[in-house]
Amino acid sequence: MSSTFDQIANIIAETCDIPRDTIKPESHAIDDLGIDSLDFLDIAFAIDKAFGIKMPLEKWTQEVNDGKATTEQYFVLKNLADRIDELVAAKNAGGAAAT
Amino acid sequence: MNLDYFQLIDRIVALNLEARTIVVEAQVPEKHTIFEGHFPGFPIMPGVLLTEAMAQSSGWLILGGLKFERIPCLAIVKEAKMRGFVSPGQVLTIEAKLEHEGSGFAVAKAKGRVGKELKCSAEITFGLAPFPDPTFRVFMDARAKEIGFPLQAVAQ
Repeated sequence: MSSTFDQIANIIAETCDIPRDTIKPESHAIDDLGIDSLDFLDIAFAIDKAFGIKMPLEKWTQEVNDGKATTEQYFVLKNLADRIDELVAAKNAGGAAAT
Repeated sequence: MNLDYFQLIDRIVALNLEARTIVVEAQVPEKHTIFEGHFPGFPIMPGVLLTEAMAQSSGWLILGGLKFERIPCLAIVKEAKMRGFVSPGQVLTIEAKLEHEGSGFAVAKAKGRVGKELKCSAEITFGLAPFPDPTFRVFMDARAKEIGFPLQAVAQ
């Protein structure tokens, strides 16, 4: 079974037509890969479907805008993978989705 | 349809917020300047307008789910397929189903038929945003009444 990062990287490669081998765990989705907000909608849809979750993008965006979080916490892919793992774990635990 | 005002939907036939589905009807006008150019001697509805009709149908469904608190804004159209010609005077029946409600976005699939014949289909993604102006919200409330939007479904 592929890792969460691999699944995300494959989704990004397919959705945004970015060569898979250029997508690294350290890649920043926006700053390094140049993914814009529209493409990220597509990616979010694919991730939500693949993992059976609802990524709280609006909450994350609000936290960044309020200075309570950095974009790196959510958009560096290894960190995004961690956030997704948390959401999946919360779902499997039957509780509210982790944010 | 009131093509001059880009109002592609005439009436809502059924809305089921639990099942996340909507059915709407739209009568293509018998005459319009669009058909003089598209095409002379062979008037048909442009595919972009069929796509817009599917988007508006999906939009009403999502608007209902949002209880008119935010507006769905067309963002992505995928797999738009024009499967047959739609002619002046025909009644288009469009069914849309909400496929996914994400954080700040929603994805619907829509199909348009004339009678039983499938004419068009698409997967449509919307960004969800606050109403940018109170006038817009007032307009949408009035338009909802005109097309028979079951406002009691939203009140529940």
